[in-house]
Amino acid sequence: MNGLVMTYALEIEGLVKSYGDGFQALKGIDLKVREGDFFALLGPNGAGKSTTLGIVSSLVNKTGGTVRVFGHDIDTALSSAKVNLGVVPQEFNFNQFEKVIDIVTTQAGYYGIPLKQARISAEKYLKKLGLWDKRDTPSRMLSGGMKRRLMIARALVHEPRLLILDEPTAGVDIELRRSMWQFLEEMNRQGTTIILTTHYLEEAEALCRNIAIIDHGEIIRHTGKRELLQQLSVETFVLDTEQPLEQAPALTGFHCALNDDGALEAEVSKGQGLNALFIELENHGIKVMSMRTKANRLEELFVRMVEDNARVEGKTSEVKA
Amino acid sequence: MTAQALWTAFCTIVLREVRRFTRIWPQTLLPPAVTMTLYFIIFGNLIGARIGEMGGYDYMQFIVPGLIMMAVITNSYANVVSSFFSMKFQRSIEELLVSPVPNWTILLGYVAGGMARGLSIGLLVTLLSLAFTQLSIYNLPMVVITVILTSALFSLGGFINAMLATKFDDISIVPTFVLTPLTYLGGVFYSIDMLPAFWQGASMINPILYMVNGFRFGILGVSDVNPFVSLGMIVIFIVLLAAIALRMLARGKGIRH
Repeated sequence: MNGLVMTYALEIEGLVKSYGDGFQALKGIDLKVREGDFFALLGPNGAGKSTTLGIVSSLVNKTGGTVRVFGHDIDTALSSAKVNLGVVPQEFNFNQFEKVIDIVTTQAGYYGIPLKQARISAEKYLKKLGLWDKRDTPSRMLSGGMKRRLMIARALVHEPRLLILDEPTAGVDIELRRSMWQFLEEMNRQGTTIILTTHYLEEAEALCRNIAIIDHGEIIRHTGKRELLQQLSVETFVLDTEQPLEQAPALTGFHCALNDDGALEAEVSKGQGLNALFIELENHGIKVMSMRTKANRLEELFVRMVEDNARVEGKTSEVKA
Repeated sequence: MTAQALWTAFCTIVLREVRRFTRIWPQTLLPPAVTMTLYFIIFGNLIGARIGEMGGYDYMQFIVPGLIMMAVITNSYANVVSSFFSMKFQRSIEELLVSPVPNWTILLGYVAGGMARGLSIGLLVTLLSLAFTQLSIYNLPMVVITVILTSALFSLGGFINAMLATKFDDISIVPTFVLTPLTYLGGVFYSIDMLPAFWQGASMINPILYMVNGFRFGILGVSDVNPFVSLGMIVIFIVLLAAIALRMLARGKGIRH
């Protein structure tokens, strides 16, 4: 590190959230997100993602543990922590009767930004997110995608260093999702640290550099995306061949099968390489016209990890019983 | 936050509240104007003409201070309870909760918003009353202080009601079953001297009696109770309710999980 101190946008240690009925939503999680990172927090429904982000953004009271935003502890320096934070929640949470411009400038006012300056900042982000023409429209009149972009503009109006997005592209069409990705990548390039939760693992794979997987209130993996993907031992490719195949060829070193559409599916183990597969296909006189991965790589890993975790939890329960 | 930033945040909350009640003026400004005009015509003019004097003044002059106060009380309360509960219901309260605005500024902002509506309507009702009677101010500082403190007190009450409410029914229970009866029994339409001794004593535990009489003293110079006791009571209630509201905010009652 050449004497440089690593700066963390977010540090979570031993975070616990218990409810009155005894349910533990978070069982002492640890998480660190470096400044400038593009970080994904993944997990199945009810795993604890939104609870974690809710605690960081002060919408949920924690039971135990510490949370620091750019070094500011939310127990002792909450105001400083909040100034550095912008939050885009999963559900629409703005006043449906207010105009778009009023929602954004009011939010700026809550951060102590004077109205004149707030209007300049609101114009900047509403233009970037394609909402400037709708500035005088009551928010209830906006489409679902526009409402989501409005929440992003609102979260950015005070120019936070850390932007948290909980399922930012849920229910958004593909075209809009891609444009939102581009926008978030640009924000990240300009220095904003971004943490997102998403159900679209393709989104996490495309955007994020580091990933944590949370399940049953525990972090089961916290690593770089590359390192995570390297753990994928077998990847399945779908090959469209020039001539329809009657049956799957017996390729040396590769397990093959025909899927319901008649396309060839080949499993390639880590270290085998695709060249060897194509040489085998060539030897069998099979000409490949196009190729794609069967499932999103991260999705395959995610499903396996969550399934493994469920098995471990099941065993533990059995032992306890 | 710096003092300047806090001031901006406070003004933002107040501005938002003012924008809200002026945007929906047919629901907020018009009804009290119509209702109070009817009170002036029916109770003040038609019935009041047959009642004669009360407390040394004609009946219309006697009820005007009480009716102004009634409008201030109900509208200060209604503004905060409906606005804050609506924010809870739509979850737009989260906009404030994620921001660095401290709880006391949030409370102050909402109370000021409630006061803005309560006092605006108080002024409107006063102007309307001038079409029916002449008002001479006996003690201006008393009028101003009483009406401002009363408006602040009931804005605080509305805030606590909104914090506790979990459904829309909950925000109408207190105004309907507590506030309205206490206001009517608080000497708006009569002097408690007219009541039997027991009910006079019972009336003394009604806090609204002190506010109505304090205000009436400021305008007419007559009161059923010591006006300084009235002011003292209002201040004690304000301190008490503000402490409760701040405690609720700190615990996140009904707004944080």
